[in-house]
Amino acid sequence: MKPVRVVSGRAVPLDRSDVDTDQIIPSDWLKRVERTGFGAGLFSDWRDGRDFVLNRPEHAGATVLVAGPNFGTGSSREHAVWALMDYGFEAVVSPRFGDIFRINCTKQGLLPVQVEPSLGRALIDAVIQDPSLELTIDVARGTIEAPGAGLSGTFPLDEFTRDRLLNGWDDIGLTLRHEKAISRYEQARPTWMPSAPARS
Amino acid sequence: MADRHTEPRALSEKVWERHVVSRTEGKPDLLFVDLHLVHEVTSPQAFDALRMAGRTVRHPELTVATADHNVPTTGLDRPVADPISAKQLEVLEANCASFGITCYPMGHSNQGIVHIIGPELGLSLPGMTVVCGDSHTSTHGAFGALAFGIGTSEVEHVLATQTLAQPRPATMAIEVDGALPAWVSAKDVVLAIIGKIGTGGGIGHVIEYRGSTIRSLSMEGRMTVCNMSIEAGARAGMIAPDDTTFAYIEGRPHAPSGARWEEALSDWRGLVTDEGATFDSTVRIDTSSLAPHVTWGTNPAQVVPIGGSVPHPDELVEPSAREAATRALEYMGLVPGTALRDVAVDTVFIGSCTNSRIEDLREAAQVLGGRQVREGLRALVVPGSHRVKAQAEAEGLDKVFIAAGFEWREPGCSMCLAMNPDKLSVGERCASTSNRNFEGRQGRGGRTHLVSPAVAAATAVAGHFATPDELP
Ligand code: SF4
Repeated sequence: MKPVRVVSGRAVPLDRSDVDTDQIIPSDWLKRVERTGFGAGLFSDWRDGRDFVLNRPEHAGATVLVAGPNFGTGSSREHAVWALMDYGFEAVVSPRFGDIFRINCTKQGLLPVQVEPSLGRALIDAVIQDPSLELTIDVARGTIEAPGAGLSGTFPLDEFTRDRLLNGWDDIGLTLRHEKAISRYEQARPTWMPSAPARS
Repeated sequence: MADRHTEPRALSEKVWERHVVSRTEGKPDLLFVDLHLVHEVTSPQAFDALRMAGRTVRHPELTVATADHNVPTTGLDRPVADPISAKQLEVLEANCASFGITCYPMGHSNQGIVHIIGPELGLSLPGMTVVCGDSHTSTHGAFGALAFGIGTSEVEHVLATQTLAQPRPATMAIEVDGALPAWVSAKDVVLAIIGKIGTGGGIGHVIEYRGSTIRSLSMEGRMTVCNMSIEAGARAGMIAPDDTTFAYIEGRPHAPSGARWEEALSDWRGLVTDEGATFDSTVRIDTSSLAPHVTWGTNPAQVVPIGGSVPHPDELVEPSAREAATRALEYMGLVPGTALRDVAVDTVFIGSCTNSRIEDLREAAQVLGGRQVREGLRALVVPGSHRVKAQAEAEGLDKVFIAAGFEWREPGCSMCLAMNPDKLSVGERCASTSNRNFEGRQGRGGRTHLVSPAVAAATAVAGHFATPDELP
């Protein structure tokens, strides 16, 4: 993962609640065995509608998606995160995220910016009104700011995730530092635990 | 800090604590994973990354794979027609072979939907941690396991380390009491719960389902309830194991036997929430007057009792719920005020990890015996696994379904998510026993209504939403 420190840029206002991962990347796209090229499938069922917000020229090149509550609920598909990032998003703002989606974001370096519902609402309205509005999200400080609209707020990020994002650390590498503890745990597992003998 | 082990603890906290490999203040706990289930859709990129980093699978013997999302449900003797699906299925087998992982490919007698085969093979047991790159991993919580869905990066992490770093979730008790009226099933209970707490109501929480109604459910019913925990946003759903659980497990292929069975049992009997333990939140549901439920919208919380009607969005208080309802009605092609019983369906799908176990098929067959599917209606049954299919055939259920006009298919996810040829077309309306009525979930433009197996069967006969007792 590349380090993520500050995201700044214009935003796309997705004024919908309960946007599940099936909408973010429909299942047709899940048959691929690669990790790249999912941007073309982002919101593909909605993008056919000419009015869909992602299709509006004034939002081209935006790096932040500002959505309604319960964003990324449903399926665990990390493809949703790959699609958002491949399309060019670096952060998603919502008052509430699906748990698995939120974790998937932090594994890939897509910032899940969870804001107070009132700020979420205000940001969507502000971006609708002024598509050129610049947002700045600072990982170290845990802040989101849109000075052009006089809006700002904070978002939660646990210390561990924040450090991982800031440094771009590899999760597996971090875990393997606990090799001794893992081995110790393995020795003490109950004998009734099932196992499916490995094939040679 | 108080000694955690002398304070009363909730079931989920007990299972969590016994899996902590390492704990550091301010960081997520590192948990050991007892069972990692794998399927073809969310694993290829994980295996690839593992290979690129030169890493191996730490515990291939704690990892079991099956093909389910993509597999066709007809013509298993022919090559898979869709080349991209075929490739994904091949890649799964090749990855499992090269990393030494047991894999049940299409056509294998142990193959089936990943959340059906774990329990039926005796792999998912009380007190374990179970993960899978699939959100409905919550199903396995029915055994008192801590089971949750993960993304592909985490799949890779588990393959490499057999652990996961997880922040501790909050706890939620859902107390379900009251007898279940006739033809009201576990599916209706969980739909009612989601209707009450909403799609985000369980976010960040592990739910423990408790109360007399839950205790009276079979393991199949408990799995249906835990399965849909994720539809309320919950990290996991759990039910404390009891004699019903132990009776289900005993004798299954991977279940412990002999002295190990006794050892396991004495351990499992302690897997209950301690007297006096507190939950971060509690929800109560009385089921004594519960009716079968039908969803009308595009998320599982948009649900009403079958005697109800399509709601008016303006009756909803929250602006975001109003907006969501308006959009849902437009997508679903429904007019507010329409009685659900007057809504005709084109297709009935009985299947998915929510409702494709033997008991579900028995219930549907009981409704269909001696009856006929409404003329022109498409109806399919997709058993959850080859084992379920074989059991159903041994009981003659296949004949009941076929005689009624249902198609009897091969196991897999099928029309639950439309990655194989079983899809709805634009505008096609379906009564489905699956778990997600999201836009396009069963095929682009398709309209899904979630129901129980009994209501699905009755609806197939009536041609519109109906309960079995309304059938002539
Ligand atoms: S049956 Fe449906 S919900 Fe269950 S694992 Fe398959 S696709 Fe997912």
